[in-house]
Amino acid sequence: MLQVAYALIPGILIFSWLFGWGVIINILLASVTALTTEALMLRLRQRPVKIFLSDGSALVTALLLGLALPPLAPWWLILLGTAFAIIFAKHIYGGLGFNPFNPAMIGYVMLLISFPLEMTRWPAPLSLSDAHLTLSQSFAYVFSGHLPAGIRLDALTMATPLDALKTNLGLNQTIQEITTRPIFGSIAGTGWQWLNIAFLAGGLWLIHKKIISWHVPAAMLGSLALISLLFYIINPATYSSPLFHLFSGAAILGAFFIATDPVSCATTPKGRIYFGIGVGILTYVIRNWGGYPDAIAFAVLLMNMAAPTIDHFTRPQVFGHGGK
Amino acid sequence: MIRKLFSFKGGVHPPQNKHISTQQPIQAATLAKELVLPLHQHIGESAVPIVAVGDQVLKGQKIARAEGYVCASVHASSSGTVVAIEERPIPHPSGFSAICIVIKTDGEDRWIEPTPEALPYTEMPVSHLRNLIRTSGIVGLGGAGFPSYIKLNPAGVNIDTLILNGVECEPYISCDDMLMRERPEQIIAGAKIMRHALQAKQVLIAIEDNKPEAYATLVKACANEDFEVIQVPTLYPQGGEKQLIKVLTNKEVPSNGLPVQIGIVVHNVATAAAIHNAINLGKTLVSRIVTITGDGVAKPCNLDVPFGTPMRHLLDQCGGLRNDVDRIVMGGPMMGFAMHSIDIPVVKTSNCILAATKANVTPPSDIMPCIRCGACADVCPVALLPQQLQWFARAKEFDRAQEYNLFDCIECGCCSYVCPSNIPLVHFYRYAKTEIWAQEREKEKADQARQRHEFRQSRIEREAVEKAARLAKKKAAAQGDNAKKKAIQAAMARAKTKKFDPGNAPKNTDNLSESQQQQVNKADEMRAKAEQIAASRRAQAQAAMTEKTVKTNSDRPAAKKDEKK
Repeated sequence: MLQVAYALIPGILIFSWLFGWGVIINILLASVTALTTEALMLRLRQRPVKIFLSDGSALVTALLLGLALPPLAPWWLILLGTAFAIIFAKHIYGGLGFNPFNPAMIGYVMLLISFPLEMTRWPAPLSLSDAHLTLSQSFAYVFSGHLPAGIRLDALTMATPLDALKTNLGLNQTIQEITTRPIFGSIAGTGWQWLNIAFLAGGLWLIHKKIISWHVPAAMLGSLALISLLFYIINPATYSSPLFHLFSGAAILGAFFIATDPVSCATTPKGRIYFGIGVGILTYVIRNWGGYPDAIAFAVLLMNMAAPTIDHFTRPQVFGHGGK
Repeated sequence: MIRKLFSFKGGVHPPQNKHISTQQPIQAATLAKELVLPLHQHIGESAVPIVAVGDQVLKGQKIARAEGYVCASVHASSSGTVVAIEERPIPHPSGFSAICIVIKTDGEDRWIEPTPEALPYTEMPVSHLRNLIRTSGIVGLGGAGFPSYIKLNPAGVNIDTLILNGVECEPYISCDDMLMRERPEQIIAGAKIMRHALQAKQVLIAIEDNKPEAYATLVKACANEDFEVIQVPTLYPQGGEKQLIKVLTNKEVPSNGLPVQIGIVVHNVATAAAIHNAINLGKTLVSRIVTITGDGVAKPCNLDVPFGTPMRHLLDQCGGLRNDVDRIVMGGPMMGFAMHSIDIPVVKTSNCILAATKANVTPPSDIMPCIRCGACADVCPVALLPQQLQWFARAKEFDRAQEYNLFDCIECGCCSYVCPSNIPLVHFYRYAKTEIWAQEREKEKADQARQRHEFRQSRIEREAVEKAARLAKKKAAAQGDNAKKKAIQAAMARAKTKKFDPGNAPKNTDNLSESQQQQVNKADEMRAKAEQIAASRRAQAQAAMTEKTVKTNSDRPAAKKDEKK
């Protein structure tokens, strides 16, 4: 599991280079909360604390949640989400190996539904904003909500590319019009594309190290690309390109780091392909026709529900049972 | 011609560690003072002792005879005196004890005079050849210990291929390797006998490419034979019969089936050598090559060990154990099991004694929960889903485990080997299998009890019906009496008016009401039926008795007949 954490490092670095100290603060807060809650729950459940803490699973949950939450979000949001993920999505079900749902995504969705305002207040990429917060200013803002004199909240925040796309499509603009805004870069969103390339690098390294198998990422990104290509060909004015879908939002992070969580994913090789396809298609459906701009968390959780059934119907043919 | 090889799914490449024990030639084990020979050293039923305490025995003399179809004889592995026939600890994962014949050796190691066969094996009836192999106590020496004569019976199938298994895929073990290097002529001579018994069209000898010396030796020794020596790429568990068949022929032995069904028979190379010794030299199976190895042994090597030699004796001969030894394993690190003591005898299936140090063993504290990563499913050579099976075994959902083909598991240990959570998966499957067997036995018992109960119930019902019938009959008779009285009165009344005519006198069954008549009929039917049942039961009981007597009387001839099969 620790290798999964290592694989996230390039993404974390690019993310904080793009969005500032808020990213690091998110991750720090989430990690401290996750490890403390994990230790507390293990204690309560009378399990060996040291062994289970060092398996790295709580840390990975914290990292994923820290990356998924908007930088510079108030401290209590991160604490609440992380603690909820560890306590309710993991330990209530029996701890490591027994959770049917991805804990980080449960934490994320709980926050998204309960605190939509805080959850959608994304900061602008530093390159597009004049207002830069220092480390101490960021800390002060996260913990007290006070901005330094001269910096207004509007200067800090900006809609994410997926959000901007959704809102403006709702205003009957075409994609070509929308994407002329500075938030949209050459492939996807400004900065977002580099972030996703960093996640992609980490993910490919995980496959190379055989920590994860290629099935889920390939199936998920493949199906997302295919379905978006299909609609893009039909009407490029209202449906954005496959590259945009792959490289903005959390598609790459989701494909390599979230949907691949072995505990809540399907476990047969064939099943993992179906699982990935399901996540890819659901992501596209929710992004286009659902109420939220991004959909990885919902898509993953929905497919988590289907995993046992998928496993049941994708059992490999056993040696000596009607083969050659 | 280079044969096209195939592959089976999965498999692992654990560190081989075979060189540890191949540095020296095979040495003879020194003679232990006491040899402990279990009656059960093979798959199947226990052999039956034919010596008594105090008897003098010679090396190679039969001391327990095979009884039943799946069984093998046991022979004295050195000369001496039988000092006990009693329960002693045997090599078993649970540390069981079982009946053993204990021989105090006299140090002379004197062979019994072989009884020469009148005909060479090529001219004797094949059934006789198989019987010789059976009475020589030969079982599969690869580790499973299945009586070899059974696997030399083509059972009406045309045998296409005889495969000699020199794969020895399990790490650390090198007894077959050393045998192939040093005694190839024995293997080839044995293979010829096997081929003759099976009338196999071709003979393949498979050796993994981590044993180049053995391969070269056998290729040279087979120069004048039409046997094909094949080098297969090293991959555990290729030595598994069904896996090896897949690699060499691309055929899958059906689940629950035997290779013979698809015209293939696989024997271990050491079994071939043992058959050569038995048929060509008249020497029964009294010893085998055992690899004494592991980081915990001072001088690892291969020893030619008489059966019954205590493992402690062999470990001492190899320079004793190091201080940090954690456990002694019989077999290899993948499929072997830890011994509860080293005062346990070497038996026919003991291919290796592995002294593992603490550093070699995963401490139980490192076992973590399953995270369903599926690494086990990737390496399973049978294409099972070990992660799901362990879940079902843990939850005691045995029917689900069977639905997921638990019984196709060959317990090769690949899954446990790759598990990142260090879960001893195979233990879960063994547990589930034994639980299912226990449940089946329970069910059998319950079925028998139910049958007995149902039989009793039907007997009680039948008796009740009989009783009712008897009562009905009595009642009918009584009613008949009443009718008679009435008739008499009527007759007397009539007689008063006219003269009595005896021919007109009514019978007691005349003038019955319809229901009365039915009752009588029913009672008659019941009586007939009851008599029938009783008669058939008497006949059955008699038949059973006769059979039993015949069986007890003819136990020996029956066993002999089996041997000749």
